[in-house]
Amino acid sequence: MRSSNTFSPTVVIKPSPGFTLKFKEFWNYRELLYFLIWRDIKVRYKQTMIGAAWAVIQPFFTMVVFSVIFGKFAKIPSEGLPYPIFAYCALVPWTYFANSLTKATNTMVANQNMITKVYFPRLVLPVSAVISGIPDFLISFLVLIGMMFFYKIIPTVNILFLPLFTLLAILTALAVGLWTSAANAIYRDVQYAVPFLVQFWLFASPVVYPSSLIPAHWRFLYGLNPMAGVIEGFRWVLLDKGEPPGLMLVVSLFMIILVFVGGIIYFRRMEGKIADVI
Amino acid sequence: MTDIAIQVEGLSKYYRIGKRGVQLTLKDSLAKSWRRAFNLFKFQNNRQDEFRDTNNSIWALSDVSFEVKKGEIIGIIGRNGAGKTTLLKILSRITEPTKGYAEINGRVGSLLEVGTGFHPELTGRENIYLNGAILGMKRAEIDHKFDNIVAFSEIEKFLDTPVKRYSSGMYVRLAFAVAAHLEPEVLMVDEVLAVGDTAFQRKCVGKMGDVAKEGRTVLFVSHNMSSISALCSRGIWIDNGKIVQEGPPDHVIQAYLSDGISGKSTIRFTTNAAKTGQISFISIEAEGEKPSTVLPFGKPIFIKIGYLIRERLVDHRVGVVIRNMAGVTIFVSNNSDFFTKSMSITPGTYVTRLKIPGSLLNAGIYVVSCYLGEPKVRRLDTRDNAIHFEITGNPYRSNEVRQGLLAYPFEWHLEKTDSWSQNIRGSQVKRK
Repeated sequence: MRSSNTFSPTVVIKPSPGFTLKFKEFWNYRELLYFLIWRDIKVRYKQTMIGAAWAVIQPFFTMVVFSVIFGKFAKIPSEGLPYPIFAYCALVPWTYFANSLTKATNTMVANQNMITKVYFPRLVLPVSAVISGIPDFLISFLVLIGMMFFYKIIPTVNILFLPLFTLLAILTALAVGLWTSAANAIYRDVQYAVPFLVQFWLFASPVVYPSSLIPAHWRFLYGLNPMAGVIEGFRWVLLDKGEPPGLMLVVSLFMIILVFVGGIIYFRRMEGKIADVI
Repeated sequence: MTDIAIQVEGLSKYYRIGKRGVQLTLKDSLAKSWRRAFNLFKFQNNRQDEFRDTNNSIWALSDVSFEVKKGEIIGIIGRNGAGKTTLLKILSRITEPTKGYAEINGRVGSLLEVGTGFHPELTGRENIYLNGAILGMKRAEIDHKFDNIVAFSEIEKFLDTPVKRYSSGMYVRLAFAVAAHLEPEVLMVDEVLAVGDTAFQRKCVGKMGDVAKEGRTVLFVSHNMSSISALCSRGIWIDNGKIVQEGPPDHVIQAYLSDGISGKSTIRFTTNAAKTGQISFISIEAEGEKPSTVLPFGKPIFIKIGYLIRERLVDHRVGVVIRNMAGVTIFVSNNSDFFTKSMSITPGTYVTRLKIPGSLLNAGIYVVSCYLGEPKVRRLDTRDNAIHFEITGNPYRSNEVRQGLLAYPFEWHLEKTDSWSQNIRGSQVKRK
């Protein structure tokens, strides 16, 4: 045996029996996760002229367009709030979710060279894709704070729940991303379907309208869309409008956990195959 | 603890090649699920059915078993597509076997490629960390080896330049430098030494030799027989997913090289154990191409000669004679023209290569003869008119067929002078 400081694990290789979650192994690769996140963040706005301003432009101009079309022309109610901040407050978590999901979906294919040449828990890839979107989220969040000053909106003590809803947004992106990234490695159809899905999903979530438009007795079913719970949560926490999280959030939470656990199982089952078929 | 580093038993890998090249779509998969559901009623055992040998499926690896002791350096050889890389991919856990079992004792590092995960936008320094992490090094470990990696790569000056601005040579050197500092107990290497210029390649082979001396276990796939022969303690020859032969590297290499691959571009000779030295094959190829007897004009031509030596010799000569179809000798060349020191040689298998510059020989058919000998002592082996090749294509811009044996682009000079008569007079003066 060589030196004592390197422990010598025994690696057993055989066709995978059912599945194992291998969380411990994932933990052992946390440095790789760190480096991949670091790479994504570092590289994102290289060779651009306005750099990280792109993180703001997307949600901000979407907000402007929505304010004109849905706020001004269609006169969609906004719970008594100025429509721009009503929409932007939802667009901050939504943009994060939409971008992270798209990125997670493509991450396996984008890194296929790594997948076919080196072993590491493939789970690292979608996780890093989702986490590396957080700086963009924070930058667009700064603009939200600016808008709150502008409209003189002071958040209540509810703001303590903000990290919880942020975490839920991350988990939702990861939960769905686990499914789409593994599926996209095998069926490229997914990468064309996801932008579509995201587009529909936007209108299925209370971004341009408040969820109070939905009849009260159906609203808990609306929570089956996890982003509904997240977005309503953001409005409640920051703007003190909309309902305090109730049954709808519980349903959303339940959905997130279901999709997340299912996603991990599905991902792990596909993991062994991915290097061969990608 | 056990002294076995790698234990492989009945490892097999099945691929559906038809569907590997063509992109799988959701439709295919749904159709397959439907067929499978339908098959449930028809066959009791459709699991067996899944692995049948058909036209669009292969066993890339079938029932491979071997054992590697700690500290052994194993060279794996075989033709392209024989299953060598599949074996390494399974052992480094990139892909799962279909059947079989393997056990590896110790920290595994695999190098199927150098520079995996390099990002063109990141600097050399940043890529060292990124690539190191991808290869499985800890951050502290990279910190510790950082200076050595930089020194090995010889790119100190460009450490903070994005690698997309690197020349391909610098890129490869940096990539290999990181890889070379991976220090697992079991290392698997796939043909990554064939990078960079000759000087760097020599450095890489040297590094591999060091790794071997440190007592690490190495599994090494290569087409470079001389490095296999120099580095490895045992050779394994794989063909069609099966182990054909394993044993002392020189024996395995010899068996592999003399395996009857048809095609006149490579001629193999049966070996005779009674001879001290012997030519085992001659092959011809244009630079960067597969062996072929028809070569395009303009590309350098390589004549490869494989030979065996069974005794230690103080000096030896390998020579080539090129004649045209008329039997005129165009040139004779031997290794002492190039290697000026005396070439002492130990028993083993060698491959030497003669490079004929492109744009030297005119279009036409040429015959190659080879000989092997000990200078001033004896001739060991002679292969007269062993192989021939044809150079095709018109060397010049005009359509006419150029006369002559050579078609070398000789140098011409042109200058405008004021007085023509002066020049003439000048030359006349010199003549006196």
